[in-house]
Parts: sequence; structure tokens; C-alpha cells
Amino acid sequence: MRTDFNTISNSPEETIELGQRIGSQLKGGEVIGICGPLGSGKTHLIKGIAAGAGAEDHRHINSPTFVIVNEYAGRLDIYHVDAYRLNSVGEFEMLGFDDFCYPRSVVLIEWADKIESALQRIDYIWIELFHAGETKRKIHIENTPEYIAL
Amino acid sequence: MQDKSINILGIETSCDETAAAVVADGRIVKSSVIASQTKLHEKYGGVVPEIASRAHIEKIYPVIAEAMAQAQTSKDDINAIAIANQPGLTVALVVGVTAAKTLSFAWDKPLIAINHLHAHLQSAMLSEENLQLPAVALIVSGGHTCLYDYRSPLEPELLGSTIDDAAGEAFDKVATILRLPYPGGPSIEETAAKGNPNAIKFPRSMLGSDSLDFSFSGIKTAVLYYCRGQDMKGEDRVDSMSAQQIADIAASFQAAVIDVLIKKTQRAAEKIGAKTILLGGGVAANNQLRTALQQMCESAEPPKKLLIAPKQYCTDNAVMVASLAYHKFKAGLFADLTLDPKASSS
Repeated sequence: MRTDFNTISNSPEETIELGQRIGSQLKGGEVIGICGPLGSGKTHLIKGIAAGAGAEDHRHINSPTFVIVNEYAGRLDIYHVDAYRLNSVGEFEMLGFDDFCYPRSVVLIEWADKIESALQRIDYIWIELFHAGETKRKIHIENTPEYIAL
Repeated sequence: MQDKSINILGIETSCDETAAAVVADGRIVKSSVIASQTKLHEKYGGVVPEIASRAHIEKIYPVIAEAMAQAQTSKDDINAIAIANQPGLTVALVVGVTAAKTLSFAWDKPLIAINHLHAHLQSAMLSEENLQLPAVALIVSGGHTCLYDYRSPLEPELLGSTIDDAAGEAFDKVATILRLPYPGGPSIEETAAKGNPNAIKFPRSMLGSDSLDFSFSGIKTAVLYYCRGQDMKGEDRVDSMSAQQIADIAASFQAAVIDVLIKKTQRAAEKIGAKTILLGGGVAANNQLRTALQQMCESAEPPKKLLIAPKQYCTDNAVMVASLAYHKFKAGLFADLTLDPKASSS
């Protein structure tokens, strides 16, 4: 059974905490697509998820907009992908996406709406963030596996 | 007469650029070829650098051949092959690493593994003979914002780095918010030149009084809210703003980012007692940053020497790779054919 979930974050810190709750319950093998406009907290959420998944030096988890993929070692191998600069779904596939997906890994994709069609053949968690005030964000999480309690 | 200098072929494929260069004795640039900046690019690629291993695969051979030809060098004159094998995009790095290992094996030349970020530091001192150490090195680009304690080319020590967005990324995203053309860095700089840097007080995130880390995601969001209202429900005002208003936002944003970069560099310099400041990376091409850093160095007591990478070596290139490799060559630090690309720096 997979469920949807809605919540509000009142600060970047709360967004990171939510990410940590998600990350600490990941088992490996998950792909999480994250979307939302500039400044909505995608990188902060991923900072939390990666910290929850045991990433070393999670303070320095930063935006891979330019480098496209950051890799972190932790309890799970974490691939942090940013599709912002990608021009096509083909470019996304050529990054080695298939190689990122294995039972001990988790793949976190920012600006996932740009490449969603590449995810059609897999089961993925979908997170959308919306601006709701200067530091307030509405967060919608879809297709959450039952072993993740939020 | 036999050429006694040490010639190194450097190769760089860590992100968007496919580049090769031949450098003698770490400082004499015999050739520098960057795919996106040559006719090769018209022949093999599009206008915007392609972010895919395929692009590197298509360009790597012609780029290396061109670098060898421009240097008027044969393989017999090459003493070693240097490759930036970290950090970067794995599928991009692997193309350069494979090419370098192949050449190392086929030509029977030693292989030298280079850290791409350490190589950026090298760009700033290509022309410097008497470097006064210790130095603080600031690398600012689209992907990185780092401060190093630099005491030797071989062992720069990371003092701080960004915890969210890199400075160059903030320039690019603010350019998008203001509807300025790509690439964002030069667009912001050009627009900012007509604006008032004190028009809007954007936040300067210092992360506490001791921190040498950077955070630029807050200022990006501050510009966004300035343009679209606090709840993002307001109308996007950018289209109705005057050119002067846009210029004022760009100038105020740029001033805030530079302020943080300068203060952190100053903090790092005081901490380690730096005699020299090194500046490299794509954002080092920004004239306001260069001027502000120059002023900081001149007004320091005692004044510090500032070394800035020449503009053609601010962005990704292979000269910096071959140049740094010279120091590793002299130290006998060679890699072998088991060398792999690494996404993160070790």
C-alpha cells in the first residue's frame, strides 16, 4: 500500500527535519523525484534525506545544478541528481541513471518534473514543494511506501 | 638540440568542457584546446555545452590531437599524461580517464591523477615565480565555492565550502529570475554596471562569526521574493520593472555576494596568516570581485599579494591540469592503470 501525504514546513530547518525522517526510513532501492520552483527548498529537503540515510559530512551537501550529480557515501549510497540544466530526457538517461539504481542505493532527483517520462517504468516517490510564505512551504508527498511513516 | 623541459599533456573532462593542453615545466603553455571555444565545437557540438558523456566521447580525440598539433609536439616529447579524475560527473570523467590511461599505456608514459579543484588553484599562479606562502585560495564557480589553506601545490587544505548553492549558481539563477540571458554570470555583471549596489539591502549570510563555509541559497530566495512578493502570490513584477530597477537588483545582489566572498576570504587570511591570496574559477572573471579583492589585499596590514587566474584559465581548462601535474611529476607521484574516476574529492 502506498499513500499520499501533505504537510507544512515553516522554515528551512523544518524542511531538513522532514527530509531526515524520510531518509532514516529508507531501505535502499528508492528513487525520489522532487520538484518545485526556485527557492522552494528542494536542496534543503535533500540535505535532510541524505543526512537521514547516513551521508557523511551532510552539512556540505550542496546543489548539484552545475555538476549535475553529487554522490554521497552513507548507510546507503546516495545519488543526488539535478535536472535543472539538462536539455532533454535523453541527457538524463546518458548520465548513467540505470547504474545509480541498485538495492543499496537511493536516487534523489531535483527538478524531476523535467525528466518524469524517464521514470515511467519504475516505482518512485514524488515530492512537490510550493511557496506559501516567506519561509513557509506546502509539501505534498505521493506514492510513499508503507514502511515510511511521516 | 634536445628539449630538456618536462612536457605534460593534460586532459580535462570533469563537467561540460572537453579540454587538452600541453604545458612545459608547469608554466609554459604550448597549447590549450577547449572544445566549446574552438571550431571543433561547430563541427562536433551544439551552442550550449552538452552535458553528456557522448559529447565528451565525440570530442576527446580531436581535442587531444589538436592540442598536440598546436604544441608542435610529438609523443616522444611528452613526459607524462595528466588527467583530472575527480571531482566531477562520473560519466564525463570516465571519458578523459579512459583516454589518458589508453595514451599512457600505448605511449608508455607515466600517468598522473589530478584533483580538478586543486588544479583551479594552479591557474592563479601560472605566471608567478616567487609565491609567498602561506596563501588563501578562493575558488568560485558555478559548481563550487571553496576556500583553501595553500602551503604547497600538492596538499591544499580545504577550509570551507558552500553548504547549499555555489556563488556562480546563484548568479545564474538570479539571472533567470530577472530574465537576463544565459550565461548568468556575465549578464548580471553587465546589467549591474548600470545599477546602484546600495539600492536594496539583500541578506549577507555569514553562518556565524567563525565559519569559513558559504551559503548563497538565502540571497537567491530574497531576490525572488523581492520580485514576486513575500508569499509568491504577488504578481511577478519583473516584466513591468524598468531597466533601472532590474539593474539596481542585479547590482545589489552582486554586491551582497561579493561582500560575503571578500569577508570570508579575509577571515581565512587572518586565521592562517596568509601572505598571498589566490583567486580562480569561472566567477573570478567578474571584474567587481577582482577589484574588491584587490582593495582588500591593499588595505590589509601588511598588504597581501593577490594572484588572479588569467581570464582564459578561470573556467575549466586543461592547462591547469598539466601545470599542477608538473609538481606531481617532480615529486614522483604517479597513478597506474587501475585509476578510476571519482565523483567526490577524496
